[in-house]
Amino acid sequence: MGFISNIVDGISLGSIYALIALGYTMVYGIAKMLNFAHGDIIMVGGYAAFITMASNWCPIWLALVITVTVCTVLGVVIEKLAYRPLRSSPPLAVLITAIGVSYLLQNIALLTQSATPRMFTSIVDGMPPFLQVFKGKGAVFFSENPYKAEGLKSELTITMETFIAIIVSVAIMIALTLFINKTKAGKAMLACSEDRGAAQLMGINANATITLTFAIGSALAAVAAVLMCSAYPKLTPYTGSMPGIKAFVAAVFGGIGSIPGAMIGGILLGIIEILSKAYISMQLSDAIVFLVLIIVLVVKPTGIMGKKTNEKV
Amino acid sequence: MKKQKLNNLITISGTAVLCVVMATLMSVGALDRSNMLKGMLVLIGIHIIWALSLNLTVGVLGELSLGHAGFMCVGAIFGGTVSQIIQYNAADCPGWIRLIIALVCSGIMAAIFGILIGIPVMRLHGDYLAIVTLGFGEIMKSLANNIFLTIDKNGLHFGFTNPPANVDEASAKQILKGSIGMQAPQDTNIWWVVVLLMITLIVMMTFINSKSGRACMAVRDNYIAAQSVGINVTKFRLMAFTISAGIAGVGGALYAHSVPMIAFSKFDYNFSILILVFVVLGGLGSMRGSIIATIILYVLPEMLRKVNQNLANARMLIYAIILIALMLWKNAPFFIGLREKLSAKFKRNKENADITSGGAEV
Amino acid sequence: MSEAAKTSSDIMLEVKELSIQFGGLRAVDGLNLRVKKHQLYGLIGPNGAGKTTVFNMLTGVYKPTTGVIYLDGANITGKSPVEINKGGIARTFQNIRLFKGMSVLDNVKVGMQNQTKYTTIEGILRLPRYFREEKQMNEKAMELLKVFELDGECDALSQNLPYGKQRKLEIARALATNPKLLLLDEPAAGMNPNETAELMNTIRFVRDKFDMTILLIEHDMKLVSGICEELTVLNFGQELAQGGTSAVLNDPKVITAYLGE
Repeated sequence: MGFISNIVDGISLGSIYALIALGYTMVYGIAKMLNFAHGDIIMVGGYAAFITMASNWCPIWLALVITVTVCTVLGVVIEKLAYRPLRSSPPLAVLITAIGVSYLLQNIALLTQSATPRMFTSIVDGMPPFLQVFKGKGAVFFSENPYKAEGLKSELTITMETFIAIIVSVAIMIALTLFINKTKAGKAMLACSEDRGAAQLMGINANATITLTFAIGSALAAVAAVLMCSAYPKLTPYTGSMPGIKAFVAAVFGGIGSIPGAMIGGILLGIIEILSKAYISMQLSDAIVFLVLIIVLVVKPTGIMGKKTNEKV
Repeated sequence: MKKQKLNNLITISGTAVLCVVMATLMSVGALDRSNMLKGMLVLIGIHIIWALSLNLTVGVLGELSLGHAGFMCVGAIFGGTVSQIIQYNAADCPGWIRLIIALVCSGIMAAIFGILIGIPVMRLHGDYLAIVTLGFGEIMKSLANNIFLTIDKNGLHFGFTNPPANVDEASAKQILKGSIGMQAPQDTNIWWVVVLLMITLIVMMTFINSKSGRACMAVRDNYIAAQSVGINVTKFRLMAFTISAGIAGVGGALYAHSVPMIAFSKFDYNFSILILVFVVLGGLGSMRGSIIATIILYVLPEMLRKVNQNLANARMLIYAIILIALMLWKNAPFFIGLREKLSAKFKRNKENADITSGGAEV
Repeated sequence: MSEAAKTSSDIMLEVKELSIQFGGLRAVDGLNLRVKKHQLYGLIGPNGAGKTTVFNMLTGVYKPTTGVIYLDGANITGKSPVEINKGGIARTFQNIRLFKGMSVLDNVKVGMQNQTKYTTIEGILRLPRYFREEKQMNEKAMELLKVFELDGECDALSQNLPYGKQRKLEIARALATNPKLLLLDEPAAGMNPNETAELMNTIRFVRDKFDMTILLIEHDMKLVSGICEELTVLNFGQELAQGGTSAVLNDPKVITAYLGE
């Protein structure tokens, strides 16, 4: 049962990574840049949700709307001010700028929110676990431990946070896939990621498409922020950077630029991380995640679902 | 050609003069009243060594390495371990011999790690390379935080995630203590730092101004064209990366022997970025710039702290803004146009001035 | 040995049945070429005919799907760009690829890299061989720059040169590798008629001074008819015509391919 519980936790963490990885992979596919600040947008989302939820006047649904709005606007503004002017600059300049933006966000948070960790209140605070399995008694959904009086503890517990993370991520992924394949704007995104120049010649507004991509990626980051902080409630200005980098690893793992790749990569990475925490070493789980990255890039640099691209000479 | 040579000479001699003056002042005790500067000089020197070595990868080779701290960490561990072993086995060995052996070992080990990482990594470019080096740095940090090494009369005992058992407690000395770090003998002084800094600077400059350095820059500017003129891209990428790693390792060992205690968690991703900030703000590929930027960016926050704590806290924020602004200023089409306009205006003014003063050269 | 014997000694480049397939597209299909030593040979054809792809195969950037390439009797098919350059082919690029952040002189010196023997260690330690060879390199590079009238700008950053001079510098850099065969990819692109006329003289001069064999891709018909001795016309990856310049240019098939029906 311990193993199953770890797998479920891994899928839950992995689906959060997948949401973040989607932002990376879409931006990478279309703007051909690694948005280092993506992880820090999550952090900003975390603080936005924390502040709004902590205030008395704001119901949870409004807090969520505000969080998503803040992140979306932030993502678009960053793209406009910092990245767009460098669209045709050397990759090194773009990458350094992105690192600068990441640092900027972290330090603004540090100055305004201080380094003291905030304890995030879960959005499903006070709700009973989604599922508990008891030896010899079977499964119980959506309720507190009914056998508490008998002193029976559940063998497998899936918390509401875990459940919500998986459900929301799956729903978003389905919606996103439909959006990209069925709508005009989504198809424009596909076209831009295939060949931006050709897409422009076909009358697609590449700038608008890239802005839209950043907006969607940042909105997903906001959702990921709320889900992540609900499951891992310690919020600091550095909260976003490691999950951000790991999500990028997930995006590379799945094949950068590929949306199903980001989902698969994210979930696999989540499982790998939780399993290595459980069975190998707590402290080394990050190292193992990066080892996976290095192995993937050496063995199959294009990832699981990626395509090979050649520079035109 | 001449101008470039003169420039290099200015950089080297300027640095040498600065180093010697500061070190002499410190040795004769002239800086004793300003404890802040005294404590900082050694560290500034070591940070310059790190910045110079990173500049080789980022400025000359044109690849972003975010794992530079990983190589420093390798150097610190091996250097500190070697000198502690020597200290244990030959207590009467003079500190300078111990230090030289430690520095050489750390440089070689860091360079070996550079090659081992470089062989797979050098097939990658740009963002992928950046993220893999970042991953390498984090792996090194995690491993360093989990390695335990104890020496006793029976020899070395190695432990991973836990201190080794079955050691002879009476004669045991802990060399590596996992996340607590290590205490290497403090064998350095400012002169060691000065000498190593000068060696690093001279090696960088002679490398850049030799055919291998030119090959690296050619690869940076256009690797397809570099191949077309017969340059083995992988070889030179690996070479620059390895030299950069080796020097970072020497710097790490120097650091380990300069501070009373070192915790390896210092060598994390943020530390790599800090060094990167020095390099970028100093100017990619400019060794002189790296030196100046490191000094300013290292001293400034300390001074600010004296003036106003809030300003000192805001320093990373200010760095971030400068970093972004600098990239935009150098690369955004809008600013490139603006710069051209300004320089044209400046030139015209200068010409006018020349004409009016009648001082035009014939 | 038998391969070398087949290609008679006055042939510099021989290409047999060269083809390359990208996915479903056959970009070059069964191309044959014979470029004699000291010849100025033109490869022309409408846009997208596969000319640059041929260059990329000759220089090892792409591996041909089928076919063989002999350079001065040696089989170079499938070798890497570096090996091929060392074997004696140098090239320029359609979209100029200079080492932008380096000086004009250094651009040429990079091309001479493989003719020097000093090692990296000797370079770092500044041993005598470094100074000796660097001096020789500087002299040779300046000589080469003088040919292209670039010696006055030897310290300028190559990205700051005007367009025409950048093209010239690219040729100088290619020549610095001491090739047997020079491939020029649209050397006159973006030049005005005066510059083109000047370029024609330079190309002829280079051929005579360095005893070079030159294969060039060009759209400027004045340049082609002015300097090329023989032509091959490509259309849709296949050879459309081959022969002496004036005969080929007057071939009705060629005229149709260029102007349409």
